[in-house]
Formats: sequence, structure tokens, C-alpha cells
Amino acid sequence: MTVSDLTHSSIDPVSPKINWARIDEADNFAETVKLYRQGKYDEASFRRFRLQHGAYGTRMTSDYAMVRVKLPAGEIYPKQFEKLSQLSEQYSIGSAHFSTRENIQLHWVILEDVSEIFRSLAEVGLTSREACGNSVRNVMCSPLSGVCCDEKFDSTPYALATAKFFLRNPMAQSLPRKFKFNFTCCEKHGMVRMVDVGLIPEIQQIDGSEQKGFKIFLGGGLGNKSFVGHQLEDFTPEEDLLYTSIAVMRIFDRLGDRKNLARNRMRYLVNDMGWEKFQNLVLKERAIVRATQSVVTRLKVDTTPNKIKRPLKISDETGGSAPDGYARWLKTNTIKQKQSDYRSVFITLEAGDITSNQLNALADVIREFSSEGMARSGFVQNVALRYVHEDDLISLYSKLIQSGLAKSGALTMTTPIGCSGTTSCNLALTNSHRLAKEIQRKFLELHLDEDEDLTDSSIKISGCPNSCGQHGIATIGFFGGGGRLGKDMYANYQMSLGGRFDGETMLGQTCLRVPAKRVIPVILKIIELFKENKKSDDTLKSWIHRIVNDSEDSEIKSINDIKKILEPLVVPPTKDDDPDFYLDYGSDTSYHTKTGKGECAA
Amino acid sequence: MCCLTQSVKITSDIDSVRSEIRDNSISVIDVRREGDYKQDHIPNSVNLPLATLLSDDSPENVLKLVNSMGIDNETPVVVYDDTFGALASRVAWTLEWIGHSNVTLLETTYSNWKSLGLEIDSKIPDVSKKDHSMNLQSNILATSDYLESAKTRDDVILIDNRERLNYLEQHIPGAMSLPYRTLASGDKILRSKEDMKRLLDNRGISGDSEIITYCGSVGTLSGLAYYALKSAGLPNAKLYVRSFKEWKNLQKPTIKQEDANYWDLSAE
Repeated sequence: MTVSDLTHSSIDPVSPKINWARIDEADNFAETVKLYRQGKYDEASFRRFRLQHGAYGTRMTSDYAMVRVKLPAGEIYPKQFEKLSQLSEQYSIGSAHFSTRENIQLHWVILEDVSEIFRSLAEVGLTSREACGNSVRNVMCSPLSGVCCDEKFDSTPYALATAKFFLRNPMAQSLPRKFKFNFTCCEKHGMVRMVDVGLIPEIQQIDGSEQKGFKIFLGGGLGNKSFVGHQLEDFTPEEDLLYTSIAVMRIFDRLGDRKNLARNRMRYLVNDMGWEKFQNLVLKERAIVRATQSVVTRLKVDTTPNKIKRPLKISDETGGSAPDGYARWLKTNTIKQKQSDYRSVFITLEAGDITSNQLNALADVIREFSSEGMARSGFVQNVALRYVHEDDLISLYSKLIQSGLAKSGALTMTTPIGCSGTTSCNLALTNSHRLAKEIQRKFLELHLDEDEDLTDSSIKISGCPNSCGQHGIATIGFFGGGGRLGKDMYANYQMSLGGRFDGETMLGQTCLRVPAKRVIPVILKIIELFKENKKSDDTLKSWIHRIVNDSEDSEIKSINDIKKILEPLVVPPTKDDDPDFYLDYGSDTSYHTKTGKGECAA
Repeated sequence: MCCLTQSVKITSDIDSVRSEIRDNSISVIDVRREGDYKQDHIPNSVNLPLATLLSDDSPENVLKLVNSMGIDNETPVVVYDDTFGALASRVAWTLEWIGHSNVTLLETTYSNWKSLGLEIDSKIPDVSKKDHSMNLQSNILATSDYLESAKTRDDVILIDNRERLNYLEQHIPGAMSLPYRTLASGDKILRSKEDMKRLLDNRGISGDSEIITYCGSVGTLSGLAYYALKSAGLPNAKLYVRSFKEWKNLQKPTIKQEDANYWDLSAE
């Protein structure tokens, strides 16, 4: 007997339904990089090509790229986790990074290796195509779609069908700017008003029968200037979903600003034109699209339900007794599903970072515990493991502890979002990424995740005024910049309060600038003020909401009142008194602002 | 251009090693720790823990060790480890260096050998001492002095095989980063020849260039890279065996990727 007879491969019960990859794109990319290095491809065209394929630039160097792998609707399967684990060790820094838009990113990849990553991704059906550049970015879907108690129906198949329709579609290859779709389950789990096209599933009774459709929101988005999206009409039946999407993109393609890179997202077009005019244009364009499709163009929505099958357990090694921290984890990391006996378990990562070993561990955990055989990436740099049987939660928790994935607080304020900041981004002014980790560590140490008054609040941090860290919709948001005392510079954040991303979406209001090394004490002070002034059923979020809307009647009535109390905390000490103040997190040399060219608008 | 590179065998596949062991026609070296070896090993293999070799890797001492393992100039040798082939590579390279021309790496690790359910044994074989000659191959060794002068030449490529973060933090000026993990594929310690060639070719590592590899301290990871290069048909490789540790101790110049906090992206 030879060894080839002995080799066995494990077969997952569930495999990816859709292959997003095209292997020939790997060869093409490798060849183009060679031509570019030989000077046969100009800088600007190469950059467009690179971004179209999902390879973003890296801070202060042209030798490295960041490869952004799309997870349409957030779906990720065990084999894909294992492949990403391998790729992170081979071509990146031994860790990968979950973004806020259901992508998983490999940073500090040598440009010449990017094609090798494409080749490997294709083996497991993944692509980074159109993850950057002026294209339809990853189509998101709520990690709870299909299991949410408040949803009308599961929008996942529609998100997947939309992603499939636009990926590599000629009409989406050269838009004025990037274009984003977010599907969700319900208002509460939101993010639909902060995106070009946001969709909430909705059911209407039409002529006595149930008609599936969506509430569609257009023209929202976060950035240097953020806008809240507008609802197109009461109800958009599902047959009109694609026609509406095409109509909106055609208008954007035709009228979007191709010259002014800083103002070319669709939200600026909507804002400049006025919502009513834009709305009319969309409705008219949709009628034209509907009438003029030469062949009936349809979304291929696959609504075959996923197989739900509880993985077989040989034995429960925990003996039924819960390890320390289980109750805390159960409370702050899991949600009951609409399917009885099942919960969705959220795994929180520090600012979205995950090691290659943990990626492998997740693959095992899915096989062992998820009855749907896959995971979903979430909105806050996290991962959801769904369809975990209630009886398996203790052994799942024990398993997660072993791989360092059992941090509590996943569904609370203690897990801030931090964009990549100065760890890899050309535009960053501060190390927002590390700050997010520092806050999480401190707040877990203080058990703030167990404080129910804080669970529905959020902290979000960007390293510059652009909004990759989504600071504008945070209860407490920060974006980075530089502060100065005399000739000495320090990392400084603009803080905003009262942002929301649910049914009452609004942007936070500017409060004051907080030096990086004072951010934690300032947040703790805000919590203290809240505790002193709260009404019995208040949460931090509801209290701040009243303050920013001028409807609070206690001692603290306005942002300005909060500002006055916080001001003494943010006074910079001299460098001699406190040298550490002048070092940004993660840095042992004096702070100075330094940026390269951004590529968001390339 | 005429090409005379002959196909060099770098790894030995599992099936042929098994049959050669049965025929008693090869010598197999296990470079794991003595305790692990004593527990179980590939039948008939002899133990040369890497640490034993490193405690004195002068040519004279290496020759003694080789002789004591019953290896003469004609003995085909296969080396294996349980550390993705890096430790085995360092030992194989050392044999090559003192002039043994017939040494290959087992294509996989001992763990994988075991998980496939292949033969193992705890018996320590009797070996009779042999008499190997010394024929030092200085052309496959790079010293720090050699490296310092060579790296100014255009036709020399320097490769750093440590992990990416270590490279970003500090490396020898002019080196390119090729982390050791990149060299393997699945259960194999080295990618297939075709895959390896494509990877290296994308990086511009091809043709007649002289290539020098280094890693953190003792030339293990870079030893694996040395064999990776040869497997791709690039024979003109040298190992900077004392690697970055010596380079730093000698206070020779290093360079880092400035103005970025890449360590904070790691989840370690």
C-alpha cells in the first residue's frame, strides 16, 4: 500500500454555495504587477487596477498592499477560515483583521505576493475583486438575518443575489465612486441609513396575499461629511429590488461628481440635488429600467433554506459544570434566536484582529457547534456563530476559552470599533486601532460589560476625519488628529456624542477634543455623570440622546454642560511633567502627524 | 541561453523512503530531541538532535558525527524533523557543506508521518562507524564579511525568512522578506516545483543571480529556504548560517519600516 491510498480529506457537511472567485484574475494580476514594476504601466492606471482587485495601499510604502477579502452577506465557512489562517501566516503578519463591512483583511502583504493570495482564495471560492475602488463594495447583511426575532423575513438570499449580480458586472466597474449596499434584519440591528442603499425586509398585505419587499433607504453614508439616508417609498416589492438598484446606480453613474474626489459619493449628489428631486429621478429611471430590459433581468434569489443539523457530540467533556465567567459571557455575548433552543453567539476580537491559530480554531468550533455549518461576520469587527444549541453553550464556551476567543462584552459598549489607523493606513493621524484595544481591556477589567445601563451604547474610533471607524454614529465617537502645546505635539481626538444607527439614526454632536491618553478617563467621567443624573430606566444612550436633543431636564442639559465638566481633564501637561502624554499608544517616540496619499477616492 | 541545470532531488517522497528503509539502502536521520526520538521514530533512523550539532558545528566535529552515524561518501541520507523541515534543512545543509553530496529531506514532517499511520519504531538501530572524507563546500556558506561585500553587487539577492513583523521591525538593508511559512504547502514541507517557481518568479528571484538566505539565529528557517530555492532550479544559493543574531551582535547596519505601528495589528 502506498501513502496516497492513506491520505484522507475531511469533508465539511456544509460547503459554500457560491464560488465568488475567478482563478484567471490571479495570473492577470501577477502579470500586471510585473509590467508595472518594469515601468510599462503608469502609476494611476495601475492603482485603479489594483484597487479593483481588492488590494489597497499601505502606510508610507509602495512595497506592500492590504488585501481585502469580501464575505458577501458576511457568510464564512470552515474551509475558508482555514485558508485565511494559512494565508495570514504565509503572506501577512500572522494575524488577519475583520473590518466593519464584513470583509477580512490581510495587511502588510508584499505586492508581488498578492496574486498568490488570489490563487489560494479561489481554492475556497473567495474573492477580493471590487473590495476597493469605484465599484460595488461588499454587500452586507445583518449577522442576525434569518434568526432575528423581529425580522419580517430573511434578507440573506437577496443580499447574496445582489452581490452576485453586481460582481464583475460591466455597469459597476467605473462608478464615480464606491457604492455600498447594506441589508439588515430589522430596524434595531440597523445600519441601513448610513449607506448608499440600505434595505430592511418588509411584508405587505396586497390583495389579501402577503407580498415580500423592502424599505429602501438611499443616500446615507459616513465620511468626512456624513449624511443620513432617505426612505425611497413606503414599500418596494421584491420584484422591484433589482430595478431600483440599477436605477439608482445609473443615476449615480450619470450625475455623480467625477472631478471632485472629496465629494463624489452618492450622498453628496443627493444632498446637492435635494432629496425630492433625487427621489423622482429614481422612480422615473426605475420605470425606464423596468420597461427597457431587453431580456428580463432578474435577481437569482436562492431561498432554499439552509440545512440545520446539530453536529453529533461524542461526549460533553465539561461534565455540565460551567467554567468561571460563563454567566457573564452568556449574558453579554449571546442572543436567543427566533428558532427555539438555539442561540447566536458573538465572538469579539480586539479591534477585529485575529491570529492564524484562532482562525483555525474557529473552523473547528463551527464544525463542532454550529447547526448551520458556517459563521457570519458582523458589523462591529466580530464574528457570529449561529444555531448553537442551548445545551451546547457550556462546552462551546470552554472551547472558546482554549483559543482565547471567549472575551465577554461582545454585545456591549466594551468592544469599541477601531479602524486600522497608523498600524497600516496612509491617511491615519493616530493609532485609533490600539486605542480601541486599550479601552476594551480597561473596560472589561472594570466589568463595564455587565452594566446593563451601558449595553446599548457604542464607542467608535477613527484615526482621521474620514469615517472608517464610523465615529459619527457612535454614542461616544472619536476621530484622530494632532494637538500641540508650544512646539510639542500629541495625539488628540475630536469627541462626538449621541450618534445612533437604528430607527432614529442621527450623527453625533461635537463635544470637545480629548488627548489620546485622556480618552479613557474622559469616557469614565461621562459614565459617572450619567450615573449621577440618570432616571431610573435610563441607559447611557437614552440619557445622551435627550441631552443632544435639548430635552433633558436635570442639571446637565446640553453638550456644552458636559464639555465644561470635562475641560479640566483634557488640559495638556508640559512634556517635562508627563512625557508619556506626548506618545501615542503603541509608540515610543514623540508624536508627529504624518500621512501619505489616500486611495479611498483613487 | 543554454541551460545545463540538471534536476536536483531535494525532497524524498514517503513511499520511496519506506521502500528504501526496507531495502536498508539509505541512512535516515531524525533531528528531533533525544527524548522524542527514544519514544518513537521512523524505523532504522539514527538520532542527531539539532542542538548536538549546533553545540559544535566545526567541520571536524560534523565529520565525527557523520562517521558515528554510519554514513560514508556513498550513503544516501534522508533527514526529517517535526518543525516543518527547518531543522532537518539545517542538518542536511551541514552535511552538504562538509562534502556529502547525496542528502535529501523527507517531504513531510514526523507528525504527519505518524498521523498517516505509517511505520514507527522505538528500537535504536545498531550502526557501525564509517569513514567519510572531508570536502568542504565553501560556496554554499555565506559569512558576515562575505555578505557585507556581496550585497553591494547587483546580481546578489538577499532573502530574510523570518516572520513579516520581525522583518518590518528590523532587517539587513536590501533584504527581501520571504517568511518560511510561504515555502510549504499543505502536508509538504516545500511547495511543488511549479508553485515555488511561480512564487519566486513573481518576486523577481530567478535566473543566474546569487541568492543568500538568512533568518533569526542559527540558519534553520533560512536553511529551508536554501532548499526551496534549489527545488525551484536555482542552484546558486548560499546560507548565511549565523544569520541576523550575529549580524546584530557585530553591530552591522540594519533598517526598519518607519512610521507605522504594525505590531498593534497583531492579535498575539
